[in-house]
Amino acid sequence: MTALALYVRGTSPVHRSPAGLKLLALAGLSVLLFAVPTVPVAAGALAAVLAVGVVAARLPVSVLARQVRAVWVWLVALAVVTAVVGGVASAALVTLRLLALVLAAAVVTATSRVSELVAVVERVCAPLRLVGVRPARIGLLIALTLRFIPLVAERADRVREAQAARGGRVRGVRGLVTLVVPLLVQVLQLAHTTAEALDARGADDDEARSGRMRG
Amino acid sequence: MRRRLPGRRAEPIADPARGIELRGVGHSYGERTVLSDLDLQLTEHRIGVIGANGSGKSTFARLLNGLVQPSAGQVLVDGLDTATQVRAVRRRVGFVFQDPDAQIVHPTVAEDVAYGLENQGVPPPERTERVAAVLERYGLAGHADHPAHLLSGGQKQLLAIAGVLVMRPARIVFDEPTTLLDLVNARRVAQVVAELEQQVVVVTHQLDLLDGFDRVLVVDGGRVVADDAPAPAVAAYRALMAGR
Repeated sequence: MTALALYVRGTSPVHRSPAGLKLLALAGLSVLLFAVPTVPVAAGALAAVLAVGVVAARLPVSVLARQVRAVWVWLVALAVVTAVVGGVASAALVTLRLLALVLAAAVVTATSRVSELVAVVERVCAPLRLVGVRPARIGLLIALTLRFIPLVAERADRVREAQAARGGRVRGVRGLVTLVVPLLVQVLQLAHTTAEALDARGADDDEARSGRMRG
Repeated sequence: MRRRLPGRRAEPIADPARGIELRGVGHSYGERTVLSDLDLQLTEHRIGVIGANGSGKSTFARLLNGLVQPSAGQVLVDGLDTATQVRAVRRRVGFVFQDPDAQIVHPTVAEDVAYGLENQGVPPPERTERVAAVLERYGLAGHADHPAHLLSGGQKQLLAIAGVLVMRPARIVFDEPTTLLDLVNARRVAQVVAELEQQVVVVTHQLDLLDGFDRVLVVDGGRVVADDAPAPAVAAYRALMAGR
C-alpha cells in the first residue's frame, strides 16, 4: 500500500463519527498546537492522537508508522536545523507538533472514506454557488487528485524503466528532463481520456445530479 | 414545491425500438477525414466492430454516446440526437474504455462505482445497495474499500465495467476492452460481455471475442467495407489485411 491508500475499514466510534466533526477536530488541534507552543502541550497532543488512533479507532500501529516513515526525513532535518538555530527545546517542540499533526491527519483519513471527506468539502464550499462555483466540481477535483497521484507515479516509474532498459540516463537533472517530457505527454493523454470518461459517466449531468431528473 | 424554471427541457421521449441510427455520418479532425458516409441502423443485441489501427473504429465508438459529435450527418440513439440531447443519450449508452486507469476516477473501488449513480441523482441508500450488488456480481465485493490503483489489470477492467453497469444503461459501447489484458482476464471480460442483457457494441482486435455476435462491421479507411455475420465479416477482414 502506498501512503495514499489510507482508509482502513472499521466500526469503531471514530469510524462512525461524522467526517466533518473529525476534520473540525483536526483543525482545532492545529490551532491549539500553534496557539500554545509548549513541549507539554505538544507531547500531550501526540499522546492523545495515539490514544484515539490505536485505542479508540483500533487502527493497526503499522498504518500510523507508515505515515511517520513517509515524513521521517523531513522530521529529522527539521529537528536538526531547529536544534542548531533555536536549541533542543525548540527542536523537541517542532518535532512533536509536526508528528502530532501528521498522525492526527492519518487518523482522520484512515477512519473516513474519501467520499465522506469530499462531501464535507462540498458542503463547506456550498456558499460559493453564489459566485458561480460548483461545489461538486471541487469535490471531484479532490477525488481525482487523490486517485491520480499514485497513477502518475506509476507512469513515471514506467517511463524511467523504459529509458533505463534502453541505456538512458535516469539520474540527475538530465534524467529528470528526459523523464518529464514523455511523462507529460502520457499524463495529457490520460487527462483527455479521463475527461471523456467523466462525460460518459454523467459528470456534467447537473439536472440529474440535483435530483430533478432520473435517467 | 420547486417551481419549474423557464427554458428547462423535459426528458425527451425515446423510442428504444429504433436502436442506434447513423444517417450520412462523417467525421474529420481538421483536414483529416476519419469517417465518411455512414448509414447504419444498429438494433442487434451484440455488434462487433473490427478494423486496422487508424481505421476510425474508436471515433465510430465515441460517436455512439456523443463523446464525439459528427462533422456531418446525425447519430440518433432511440431516436435521440447525440448533438442536441447528449445528456439523455449518455444516460442510455454506457462507455467502457480501453484503459481502465483513465476511467476510474475515485481512489477506492466502491466510491468509484458509486460515482455514476451520484451523477444520476440516485439516493444514497439505493446507491449503496446497487454498488454492493454490482461488486458482488463481478467478484470485487472483497475489494470495496481497496485503493483502485492496487487492483490487477483484469480487476481494474472489471471495475470499469461495474462502474458503467451500475448505471443501468440500455446499451454499452466497449472500446477494445481486452487489449491490455492477459488471456485469463480477457476471457473473463469476454464472458461478462457475453452475459450482458443490454445491447453491446464492441470495438476489438481480438477476433474470438466476436463468437456468438449477431453482426460485425469491418471499418477501413473511415468506411464500413463489410457488414455481416461474424464468420463472413472476419473472413472479409482477414482478406483485406492479407492484401497489405
